[in-house]
Amino acid sequence: MSSEPENTEPAPSPLVAALQREHPEWFSEVIVAFGETTFIVPREHIVAASTFLKAWPEGRFDLLADICGCDRGVEEEPRFEVNYHLFSTTKYHRIRLKVVLNEEDAHVASVTGVWRTANWHERETFDLFGVVFDGHPDLRRILLPDDWQGHALRKDFPLRGYEPYSLK
Amino acid sequence: MGLENVIAEALPEVLTTRLDSLINWARKSSLWPATFGLACCAIEMMNATTSRNDLARFGAEVFRASPRQADVMIVSGRVSRKMAPVLRRIYDQMPEPKWVISMGACATSGGVFDNYAIVQGVDKIVPVDVYIPGCPPRPEMLIHAVMMLQDKVMKESVRDRRDIPEEEAREAVVPGTLPITDGSTARQNTLPESRPYTIASRHERRRSN
Amino acid sequence: MSSATIPPQFEIVDRPLDTQMTISMGPQHPSTHGVLRLELVLDGEMVVKATPDIGYLHTGMEKLFEYKKYQQGIVITDRMDYLNPLGNNLAYVMAGEKLLGLEIPERAQVIRVLFCELQRIGSHLVWLGTHALDIGAMTVFFYCFREREKILNLIEAASGGRLTPSYFRIGGLMMDLPAGFENRCKQFLDGFPGAVDEFHKLLSGNKIFQRRTQGIGYITAEDAIDWGLAGPCLRGSGVALDVRRANPYSGYEKYDFEIPTEPDGDVWSRYMVRMREMKESHKIATQALARLRPGPIKADAPKVVLPDRQAMKSHMDALIHHFLIVAEGFDVPEGEVYHPIEASKGELGVYIKSNGGPKPARVHFRAPSFVNLSALPMMSEGEMVADIVAIIGSLDIVLGEIDR
Repeated sequence: MSSEPENTEPAPSPLVAALQREHPEWFSEVIVAFGETTFIVPREHIVAASTFLKAWPEGRFDLLADICGCDRGVEEEPRFEVNYHLFSTTKYHRIRLKVVLNEEDAHVASVTGVWRTANWHERETFDLFGVVFDGHPDLRRILLPDDWQGHALRKDFPLRGYEPYSLK
Repeated sequence: MGLENVIAEALPEVLTTRLDSLINWARKSSLWPATFGLACCAIEMMNATTSRNDLARFGAEVFRASPRQADVMIVSGRVSRKMAPVLRRIYDQMPEPKWVISMGACATSGGVFDNYAIVQGVDKIVPVDVYIPGCPPRPEMLIHAVMMLQDKVMKESVRDRRDIPEEEAREAVVPGTLPITDGSTARQNTLPESRPYTIASRHERRRSN
Repeated sequence: MSSATIPPQFEIVDRPLDTQMTISMGPQHPSTHGVLRLELVLDGEMVVKATPDIGYLHTGMEKLFEYKKYQQGIVITDRMDYLNPLGNNLAYVMAGEKLLGLEIPERAQVIRVLFCELQRIGSHLVWLGTHALDIGAMTVFFYCFREREKILNLIEAASGGRLTPSYFRIGGLMMDLPAGFENRCKQFLDGFPGAVDEFHKLLSGNKIFQRRTQGIGYITAEDAIDWGLAGPCLRGSGVALDVRRANPYSGYEKYDFEIPTEPDGDVWSRYMVRMREMKESHKIATQALARLRPGPIKADAPKVVLPDRQAMKSHMDALIHHFLIVAEGFDVPEGEVYHPIEASKGELGVYIKSNGGPKPARVHFRAPSFVNLSALPMMSEGEMVADIVAIIGSLDIVLGEIDR
C-alpha cells in the first residue's frame, strides 16, 4: 500500500537474488507484486526448501505464519494451490511459498517436521480442500464433523451444502 | 419441584387454576439460565449480568453450568451443524419445565450466514419460546426477552409442564454419541443409526398436536 | 466354581485396573470460552494428554466471502473475533487497499489507530474478567465490564454498533467522528490508568491468583516460535515481537510505545504482558487523540469510495454513483496479498486472492487464536486438571475466530 511504503517488503531483490543464487532449482519462479514476494516451489522440494529457509542465516524464516489452500476453479489445471506464509522473527522479512497441485494427485509433503505449527494449518487445508499432506502425524478433519461429506471450500461445493439441516 | 405433578394427577381439573398462578409466579421469578455461550451474542449475554444492566433485577442472573439445574436455555449465537446434536442433547438434559430463548439473528434464522455450516434457525432443533432480533441484540433486549418469557410463564398451566418419564429421559442421552476425537479411534467407531436428538420431548409433542 | 461356568462378562474383574481416565471437557463448559471441546487423558489429577476438538462454531465464513462483494465482506469480519471486531475490519480493509493501491488520508489513519487501541483495551478487559472468573475471582469481572462499557459507548457513538461496528471501509472510514467525541474519549482515557491500578489491586497481589498462575502452562521462547504463537502469548515467553513494530501499518511507526515482554513463559507472564499492554494501548490512544486534525476521512478514489452523504442528498450524480458502487461493487485488480496486523490476540493475517471483478476468489484469515490454541496440548502436559482452565484463559482464545 502506498501510504506505508517502507517495511512492507524490506529489500526484496537482494533476498530473491541470494535465494536464487543458493538454490536455483527451488526458487526459480518468483512473483513480486504488491510489495510481496512469492516463490512457486516445485512440490517435491517443499520440505527441503522450508528446512533451508528456516536455518538460512541471511533470512532466518523461523516462524510459519500461515498455510492456506486455494482452489483456482474446477476446470483449472493445476487446480489447487497451497500457500506458506513465512516470517522472520529477527529480520522481519515475509515471503510466500506456493505449491501448485493437480486435482487427481493433490498430495504434498507435510512440513510439520520443520515447523510444528504446521500441524493444524495442514489439517484445516485437508479438511476444507482435500489436499493430502503426506507424512502428517494426525491428518483428519478439524473444523467439520468427522462424518462430513466433501470438502467445503472447493469451488464445486455449493454454498448452502447439499441438503438443509434437519433433525434426521 | 414435583408437587404440582402429584396434585395435577390426583385432582386433574380441580384446584389447578389457583395453583397455576402460584407456581407460575414462583417459576417466573427465578428463571435460571444455562450457561450456553456460543458466539458474539454470548458477550452481550455476559454483559446483561454485569452491573450496568443487572439481569438479577428480574431473577434470571443465576447462570448454571449444568443443564440439570437450569430452566432457560439462552441460545446465544450461531449454531453450527457440528454443534446441533450437542445443543439438542443439552436441551434434553434440562428438566421440565424448560424454556428456550433464541438470542440474535443467527440463532433465530441463520442471520447473515446462509451457508453449509450453520443451522438456519435453532427452532429446527429445539422448540423456541422467545426470539430476539438483532446482530447482536443489546443487553436490554435480552432483558426484555426474559420479561416476555415471564409473561408467557404466567399464562401456562402446570399440567402442560411435567417432567419427562424416567425411561424417556434415559433414552434421550445415549453415551458415546459425541464423536471421539482421537484419530485412531475415530475411524473405528461407527456412528449410531439414530441420533438421540431425534426424540421429541413431551413439550414438543404437545406443541405439534 | 469351575472357570467354564463363569459368564464372560465377569472375567473382566481379573484385568488390572487402568490408571488413566479420559474425560471430555466441553463443548458446553463455562471455562472453555465458547464451544471448545477438550479430550483430557488423566492420570489421577495430572493431565497426560489434552486434545482440543474445535469446529463447534464453524461458520463457513471463508466460503461466504467468495460469494460477497468486497464491501459486504467487512460485515462478516466483525463476527469473526467478536472481541476485537475493529481489528478484523482493519486487517481486511487494509488487504483490500493493498490490492487497490489506495492511499488513506492522515485523519482516517489516526482514527483507525485510536479505535484499534480502544478495541484492544476492550478485548483485554473481557479476557481479564473471564480469566479471573475461571480462576475464582468473581469481582474483577464486574469491574472489567464496567470499563468496557465505556469503550463500547465510544464505538457506538462513532459507528452505531456496539459489538459489530464495521466502521472501517475500504478506502477510509464509514463516517467522520460525531461532534463531541474527542471530549468523551478524553474523559475515558483520563480515568483508565486508575482502573488498571484497580485491577492490579484486585488481582495481582492476590496470593491465590499468584499460586494458580505462576509456573503453570510453561512454554519456552523457542517452542513458542516453533508453534507459531503470536501476540501476548509469544511476548509472555520473552520474545519482543509485535507486528506494529516489525511491519508497521497505519502509521504505527510514528507512535511512542513499548512492547512489554515477560521472561517466564507461564500463565502469570502472559497475564502481566496483557496488563502492561493495556497501559501501552492507552498511551497510543492518547497520542492518537492528540494527533487528530481535521481533514478528509476517505481516500481520493471515486470508483471505490462511497460519495459523501451530504452530496447524495443534493446531487443526482452522487446518488447514481452511490447506487452503482453498492449494487455492482468495484473491480479489484488481479493478484494476491497477505496483510498482517497486530490484533489483540496476536498476528491477524488476511490473505486475499483476487481474479479481478467485485468478488474475491479466496479469503483466508490467519487467526491468532487458532494458532495459539494449537500449542495447548504441549503447554498442558503434566499439569493438574484444574490448571487447564487457567491455561486456556491465558491463551485468550475466541472460538469465533478459531472456527471461522
